[in-house]
Amino acid sequence: MQMPDLDFGKYAAYIWPAYLITALVFAGLIAGALRHARHWKRRAEGLRRP
Amino acid sequence: MIPAPAFLANPERFMAFSRWAAPLLGVIAVGLAAVGLWLGFAAPEDYQQGATVRIMFIHVPAAILAMFVYVCLGVASLLALVFRHVLADAAAQAAAPLGAGLTFLALVTGSLWGRPMWGAWWVWDARLTSVLVLFLFYIAYLALRASIDDEAKAARAAAILALVGLVNLPIVHFSVYWWNTLHQGSSMFTRGALAPVFATPLYLMTLAYLAGFGSLWLVRIRGEVWRRRAEAAALRAARA
Repeated sequence: MQMPDLDFGKYAAYIWPAYLITALVFAGLIAGALRHARHWKRRAEGLRRP
Repeated sequence: MIPAPAFLANPERFMAFSRWAAPLLGVIAVGLAAVGLWLGFAAPEDYQQGATVRIMFIHVPAAILAMFVYVCLGVASLLALVFRHVLADAAAQAAAPLGAGLTFLALVTGSLWGRPMWGAWWVWDARLTSVLVLFLFYIAYLALRASIDDEAKAARAAAILALVGLVNLPIVHFSVYWWNTLHQGSSMFTRGALAPVFATPLYLMTLAYLAGFGSLWLVRIRGEVWRRRAEAAALRAARA
């Protein structure tokens, strides 16, 4: 199997930002989903306690 | 009567199912993405597009998922309107921010691919414009839900908007055939259009995005269920 080649030559200025933005958007979606779920789980469990 | 999926009909069953399904799908997504990225970066440069073909492995899955998530949003909205089921409404509400994020990614990575290949960041091409309209439908859905205080009214109005937006999906898909566009036609679903060295990482990355969306969707629906439970409990406490 060929090893990954990370030398993108003259296109590096387009390829790396595309991957960076993808990583950032996914990080935001993951963090947002987990924060939303954890926040409301704590609130729901806090209100249920006597 | 159309039977709703069993897990949508029972919140307790859904919470039990999603408790293990969400992390499992997350692990599957990470594994598929790791292999897909490795194969994608190891693939040779395309004879026409050079190294920019690497953008395909993140752009095409984002574009496919942008449409798939809208189908999920539309179906969940229809179920919420017809059955008035809270879980279907929660599923629709949870899908919208994920779909907006994926559509944003499709637009931005497409722009970064278009600049070196077409010589332009953006053209008012039928495919690009219809995907921009798809993004605006997601934003409009989120804005409409946020702008109406009454949750039931907000859910109904947003569901109707989501159903209207379904009209745009065939326009997005067939735009490259109906109009003379700069954007290339579908190569992923055309047999033999892609060499296996490009097709394999592309399919793996698409499955990774699909599993990742599934995981995040379940997490967001769980968050919505807890939010509704918390607000119902707060209302009961205020009345007592």
